[in-house]
Amino acid sequence: MRRRAILGYGAAGVGAVALMLFVGWWQVDGPGAPAPVGQRPVALTEMDFRLTDHEDNAVGPETLIGRPTMAFFGFTYCPDVCPTTLSDISGWLDDLGDEADEMNVVFITVDPERDTVETMAEYVGYFHPAIRGWTGPEEQIARVADGFRATYERVPTGSGDYTMNHTASVFLFAASGRFVTMIDYHEPREFAVPKIRRALEEEMEGAT
Amino acid sequence: MKKHTLTGTLAALLTLGGLSVPALAGPEDVVVVNAWSRASIGMNRPGAAYMTIRNTGDEPVTLIGLATPLAMMPEIHETKTNAEGVSSMSPAGEIAIAPGESVALEPGGLHAMLMRLQEPMTEGETFPLTLLFDDGGEVTVEVPILGIAARGPED
Repeated sequence: MRRRAILGYGAAGVGAVALMLFVGWWQVDGPGAPAPVGQRPVALTEMDFRLTDHEDNAVGPETLIGRPTMAFFGFTYCPDVCPTTLSDISGWLDDLGDEADEMNVVFITVDPERDTVETMAEYVGYFHPAIRGWTGPEEQIARVADGFRATYERVPTGSGDYTMNHTASVFLFAASGRFVTMIDYHEPREFAVPKIRRALEEEMEGAT
Repeated sequence: MKKHTLTGTLAALLTLGGLSVPALAGPEDVVVVNAWSRASIGMNRPGAAYMTIRNTGDEPVTLIGLATPLAMMPEIHETKTNAEGVSSMSPAGEIAIAPGESVALEPGGLHAMLMRLQEPMTEGETFPLTLLFDDGGEVTVEVPILGIAARGPED
């Protein structure tokens, strides 16, 4: 009798735990999960786009495979965020020194109408020499942003001018093309540089 | 309190001496430090300038606008980055600075957006930027133009 009661309690307990687990799954991973705030980019190997770099070379996601990659979006008519990001990146690259030599660093414009190949060449010339500038037709830029789960939007500022809202994070990919992590806009150097090292180290682990 | 008395005494002395005391109570207490800007590429792109504006007085001051011969449309803008990492920029409107407080115009936040440049911003040069306050007061600062990749006033 007593034993049966214990078994009964035990069964009820197992049932309760199972229910809790189910509720937990439902809320965290299941159909009840909240929509992800910022989705992760797909791997570079799953992207498909054709752009032109600032030296007029045809480039695409395959250009980046084989070396770790740091990529970000912007536009050269951007007075605050983009020069700040480019300066931050230049500083991180200086900190990394030789370690950064084997890395792709790509600035992709979200304003191809004004950012021609020549414009990109002039602009990136003012920053760290490792930084490449990529541009291309609007529909190709849209495909890049889609793969990165990035967004951009043209915003009129009056009298025919416009500015661009855009994802300002810096994306890090391993040499395999796998997405590693991202650096938020204007993130302090002490957080950014270790993140870049993670992308670099992942490459070494993959190679050995 | 001590400072207030000193200012009062100074005002009295100046008035006695036949000199007019500036009518503007606010802006004479405004101190601008660490002003800097980045060089531009040509004149088509907007420039940006940064600084710290300190209200050393006893009364609040309100910054309502900018003027400079360098740009036809200088405005204070604010960059905001949302939870998804998307940055956008919009006019900041009026900026009230409480007594003893400072407002920092710095990369990624508030900045003096210099639209419709009248001449290129050349590294090594400076330009005058006038801050306009709601009581009619003005404060003009000479803003040094640093390199295009400058990160702060010391670069």
